[in-house]
Amino acid sequence: MTTATLQIRDPAWPWRLTWIGASLFLLWPLLVTTEFRPWLLFEAQSREPTWRFLAAMLPPTTNADFLWLVLREAWRTVAIATAGIALALLLAVPATLVSVRVLSISALSGRMAPVSFALRQLVRWTLILLRSVPELIWALVFVRVVGLGPTAGVLAIALTYGGMLGKVYGEILESGDAAVTQSLLRNGCSRLQAFSYGLLPQNAAELISYTVYRWECAIRSSVVLGFVGAGGLGQQLDGSMKMFAGGEVSTILLVFVALVGIADFVSSWLRRQLG
Amino acid sequence: MRVELEQIDVRHLAARPGASAALKLDHLSVAAGEQVAIIGPSGAGKTTLLELIAAALKPRFGEVQLDGQNPWRLHGAAQQRLRGHLFLAPQTPPLPPRQRVVTAVLAGALPGMGLLASLRSLFYPRDIPGAYTALEAFDLGEKLFERVDRLSGGERQRVGLARALLTPASLWLIDEPLSSLDPHRAQQALSTLTAAARQSNITLIVTLHQVDAALANFSRIIGLRDGEMAFDLPVAEVTTERLAWLYAQREEALTVDSEPDAPPLPAVAVQCR
Amino acid sequence: MTTKPIAANQPYRMPPPLFDARCRMCWFVLALLSLVVASFVTLELQWAAFFSLEAINNMGRFLGEFFPPDLSTNFLIKLLYASGETLAMSALGTLLAAIAGLALALPASRLHAADAARLRSPTRLLLNALRSIPELVWAALLLISAGLGPFAGTLALACHTSGVLGRLYAEAIENAAPGPAFALRTQGVVGARVFLYATLPQVLPQIVSYTLYRWENNIRAAAVLGVVGAGGLGQLLMYHMSLFHMGKTASVLGAMVLLVVLVDALSYGLRRIMTR
Repeated sequence: MTTATLQIRDPAWPWRLTWIGASLFLLWPLLVTTEFRPWLLFEAQSREPTWRFLAAMLPPTTNADFLWLVLREAWRTVAIATAGIALALLLAVPATLVSVRVLSISALSGRMAPVSFALRQLVRWTLILLRSVPELIWALVFVRVVGLGPTAGVLAIALTYGGMLGKVYGEILESGDAAVTQSLLRNGCSRLQAFSYGLLPQNAAELISYTVYRWECAIRSSVVLGFVGAGGLGQQLDGSMKMFAGGEVSTILLVFVALVGIADFVSSWLRRQLG
Repeated sequence: MRVELEQIDVRHLAARPGASAALKLDHLSVAAGEQVAIIGPSGAGKTTLLELIAAALKPRFGEVQLDGQNPWRLHGAAQQRLRGHLFLAPQTPPLPPRQRVVTAVLAGALPGMGLLASLRSLFYPRDIPGAYTALEAFDLGEKLFERVDRLSGGERQRVGLARALLTPASLWLIDEPLSSLDPHRAQQALSTLTAAARQSNITLIVTLHQVDAALANFSRIIGLRDGEMAFDLPVAEVTTERLAWLYAQREEALTVDSEPDAPPLPAVAVQCR
Repeated sequence: MTTKPIAANQPYRMPPPLFDARCRMCWFVLALLSLVVASFVTLELQWAAFFSLEAINNMGRFLGEFFPPDLSTNFLIKLLYASGETLAMSALGTLLAAIAGLALALPASRLHAADAARLRSPTRLLLNALRSIPELVWAALLLISAGLGPFAGTLALACHTSGVLGRLYAEAIENAAPGPAFALRTQGVVGARVFLYATLPQVLPQIVSYTLYRWENNIRAAAVLGVVGAGGLGQLLMYHMSLFHMGKTASVLGAMVLLVVLVDALSYGLRRIMTR
């Protein structure tokens, strides 16, 4: 071995040092901003209520009245999600039909007509705006307008999920083979006919599968919506938590986990059936 | 390391109950520091034999002894210590893509490294001169800090062999080391391996598809056919007739096994947003 | 060429009956319709209240109060700080989740064929439990021990995300090519060293991309976590909304939407650049 070989240094080392230094430098403000003080968790002041709450969580409340109440709220959670998705479809399907490029008649002869182009862009941006606002914020706003209760939750889900469904439907429809649909349009079919004979058969399975998947997501998020007063399991959970009723909280959490599990199972079963 | 096999019968895990043995041996013994080449048609059980000796495959019956110890009778730390004395180089070089060559080569020295030392070595390679010397023996010194996935197939295979030079092992089991090397590189790689093994009194067992390379570099040749030993002879007694019989009805004898495809990446699970 | 004999009545030319007991699609549609109808019926939705003149007036007044949004420099600085807090919460929460997720993914995966992996099912159960409780519920639970503020939010994000990431990591680890790990194990190397030298280099790109993807999600989640008092823009929103500072509320809402749109656009752009 010559001495020259002994002198080799790892060329990546300066870079690694820089990266490690930079990440430590970035970590510090993160820890400060988020008030990251884990030792506070173990101070007597916070330890005591935590223990009391955790101790109260066992055993879960199982009296018949409360169970019945929780089951009813669980159904309401599913109902809010289902009704929300149904309304979201009412919003998303027409928006998709308007905004999908493949169904544009004027686009057949080269460029799209300016009016329809503008309309299409308008619909697209509306959909983006609808889904950019988190459903929780929509719910907060609607609770102010229509009062506490499931109406706000249904509307919130309808708007956010309408935006999401509309956008993804558009993407699915535009990803397929456009030739069939365009030849139908060229032969003088109307847009709706071209849609139902050209686009729909190609993409139906994927569209339904995505909708079912979103329904599952809506169940998860309708629980969260309850926290701002939009009904369902979440509202019940919020109430029990404010009363420090640990047993009730653990019952609701268990029911919620089971509900999500069932929805997950049903949704993946349905989507497997669709192939 | 001394290797003794007695009355061996090996079956593959996935084999049907009634299937014949993948490997059946009455007796095989290799002395410490000896160098042996194993030849035979594809599917004869060459790789199985290496995995058996490497204690990676448990025989159904029979006795494997490495330096007088049966690895399957040892447990925990003792078994690991014994495994630390052997090195198995699979045919497809076991190098993770995106790892750097220096790290991949130094991984050979892991049995002798503690957890802390191996963690530190991930941040700054522990033994750069050692890695360089090992690579230089296979003409790869300038690839020291390259990424493994930027190497050609032949270079990768030689990196896998260079790993052997850094192991604390006294038994090298090398499976088809030449499968993606050109004749010149192949001869160079084989002589590097045999010279290094001779120098440190390491037992070297190599399976080879290239009969001429086996005959030119090894003094003892073992022929395998259909999972049984066809012959175990000094090189001078390996005649053309024996070779012809060994490879009879096996026209694909000299074809190179293609590398298995990497498993497909799992799709990103969709998440509710 | 011979002609096929034609049956007297040609049953195969008839379209299938629209409804028969074995038609699975019909049952599916029927179940779906009844689910939707049942949902609407049992929810006692107040459409009347929503579409009544009073409600529309309400809505108008409510929206009117949003104007003008508070755009004073003082408040904008406050908003900027809250947005920074939201970003910090999401980043730190994701980092903690990545560490915890990796720590949980190892016991949750079968590392090689002979691995008994006794901890696999219990760890997977734990990951599922962490994952199926949403961030907001975690935040509400953690408020009890961590108190109001961004710390509770960070921990809540970390809890939920470690469940998600742990499962994704475990899947990536189980799908990694076994060769490199096998080679090290035959050499008598065990445990963490096999993972560090053979498995981790293979799965690292996937781990990084999953983590970045979750971070993007967590920025959106962190923006609303404050609604239960866990810091960030959401807490500012609830504070001003409960005091009926509608101008300030409007600004916070604007900042939230802006943040979400920015993150969306950034990730879309990055993805475009990376796949090109």
